[in-house]
Amino acid sequence: MSKGVLVDITRCVGCGSCAVACKMWNSLQYNNGVDTVGENAELAAEEWTVVKKAVVKKEQKTAWRFVKQQCLHCLEPACASACFSRAIQKTKEGPVVYVEELCVGCRYCMLACPYNIPKYEWDKTFPRVRKCQMCASRVSNGEAPACVGVCPSGALTFGDRAELLQLARERISSGGYINHIYGEDEAGGTNWLYIADVPFEELGFRTGITTKPLPEYSESILRLTPAVGLGWGAVLTGLYVYNRRRNEVAREEKISSVKKGKKK
Amino acid sequence: MAATNSDAGRWRFPMTSTRYVLLFLAIVGALLMVYRLVVGLGSTTNLNDQWPWGLWIGFDVLVGVALAGGGYSTCLLVHVLRIKKFNAIARAAMLTSLIGYLLVMAGLFMDIGRWFNFWRPFVSWGYHSVLFEVFWCVSLYTMIQLLEFGEVATERVQQGWHKYIKKILPVLFIIGIVLPTLHQSSLGSLYVIEVGKLYPLWWSMLLPVFFLMSSFFVGPAMVTLESFLGARAHGHKPETGVLSSLVKISGYLLVVYLVLKIVDLFYRGAAGLVFAGNLEGNMFLLEMIAGVIIPIIICFNSKLRNSNAGLIGFSVLVAGGVILNRMNVVFTGMAGFMGGFYFPSPIEWGVSIGLIATGVLVYLFVVENFKILPGEGKGTGTMPLVSKDRTSQKLSA
Repeated sequence: MSKGVLVDITRCVGCGSCAVACKMWNSLQYNNGVDTVGENAELAAEEWTVVKKAVVKKEQKTAWRFVKQQCLHCLEPACASACFSRAIQKTKEGPVVYVEELCVGCRYCMLACPYNIPKYEWDKTFPRVRKCQMCASRVSNGEAPACVGVCPSGALTFGDRAELLQLARERISSGGYINHIYGEDEAGGTNWLYIADVPFEELGFRTGITTKPLPEYSESILRLTPAVGLGWGAVLTGLYVYNRRRNEVAREEKISSVKKGKKK
Repeated sequence: MAATNSDAGRWRFPMTSTRYVLLFLAIVGALLMVYRLVVGLGSTTNLNDQWPWGLWIGFDVLVGVALAGGGYSTCLLVHVLRIKKFNAIARAAMLTSLIGYLLVMAGLFMDIGRWFNFWRPFVSWGYHSVLFEVFWCVSLYTMIQLLEFGEVATERVQQGWHKYIKKILPVLFIIGIVLPTLHQSSLGSLYVIEVGKLYPLWWSMLLPVFFLMSSFFVGPAMVTLESFLGARAHGHKPETGVLSSLVKISGYLLVVYLVLKIVDLFYRGAAGLVFAGNLEGNMFLLEMIAGVIIPIIICFNSKLRNSNAGLIGFSVLVAGGVILNRMNVVFTGMAGFMGGFYFPSPIEWGVSIGLIATGVLVYLFVVENFKILPGEGKGTGTMPLVSKDRTSQKLSA
């Protein structure tokens, strides 16, 4: 069963423990002047998760909400589908991981991702693509990702995706939430799920994403390739042979007419 | 260079002031390319996390591949359909295409971050990726074109191989049409996965069809421009008659393209965006009016089509329209979603300009040392010129 994490935005207090745990477990750099929590927090090569502060209106009053951002680990990831050297792979436990040795550095994954998650080491001679790996080695041992383990407020819950959906529905029906589990259907569904008490677009989420898995769009076209290639090749061969024969016939006629002493 | 055969004489490449400028640009470009490979993408380009693809992918690769499409369209017309009047332009068109693809490969190599890994997709098959198809087709097609060029090259060097190359040419021609058909369209498919990201005026499931069609109708335009430039440089008259009927093929495709575009816009409910008055709408209008509708008008007015000005106007507009279209897909159409800012750095410009300068120099060198252009310097007039001693008259033998 594929694992996931449920993020309950109503419970997040914006402490940033998750961002610290992420850095520790994944040996990421601590960059001065780069925010991991707050309104300016942005994902970057060394910031695999950040907690973005969103100022929202709740019952006509201003309120703060904190949105933990990281890779959403799509069920059918566009980045993995876009990768032409298998450097991004979906594991059976859920995490979408990056295999450095296979990466050519084309950055098509960055374009394909509907959430703009993958980041690049622009300052390196041989840059890597960087993003949350959902602590794949921990998850494969049945442990929760590092960020989930340290969350002090109960905003993060690790478990089977199906059970998390169940839990999310229970919380929504208990009241106080908007009726939308972000990640249930977006781009065909993700392993990370979010519930919130304000509309997701106000929290900076990209909404209105197609519910069809993104790889299906391109792969439906790609599937035609062999047929188109072979069919077109056959048509061309036919035309080639036909036109060659026609030319030969024309030439023979010309030669024979010349032999008869007639001018063309 | 390979060993020269004695009867072919010496290699010649008279330097003019233009060629010195081109040589300078090419050398600067080459140095910048080495610098980029050593220090990485971040310090040489203005690319960033918002704009991972820029000038090199957008112009050097997407536009380059489209403009180099004159090779396979001409190959189809001349060698498969055997429309004899186009023989005169076949070699020049296919040479331009070969050089174009070599430049595209160089541009691609510049753009990949971990270039020591460029061979990975040959062994680690990400076959579900559109880029995988593009990568394989472009590499194989470049190889096929090099072999096709062997026919020309072995007239002068390694002449013993000539008869063997002649034998495999039919196979090369057919593969050499299938491969570009596949990857010209896949370059469009690259953006199919940008669902909801690429502006709806450009995003469509028909992107591969549009890219394929435009790469085909831009072929005659490029051949025409090249013929006029070549004629001016070498002091002979361009084959207006040939070009005029070549351009007409473009014209029919342009009409189909226009109709398909309009139907597609209405089908997807995006037609209203055309006159929205925003940047995207205006750029789309510019692309369609200047690059498609005006060329159609020129093309189906026989007086215009048979005049030099009409032919040049048509070709400049069509080529410009295709360039604009690719740029709109890569930049204009993505800007709304991507945010941030990107403008190519001086190094990016330098490399791109250097690559083009290199291409022009190589073209000039080959044209002056191999049999590429028909009736050079003979003042051939406007009659279609099918010279017996040159283009592939022996193919059918």
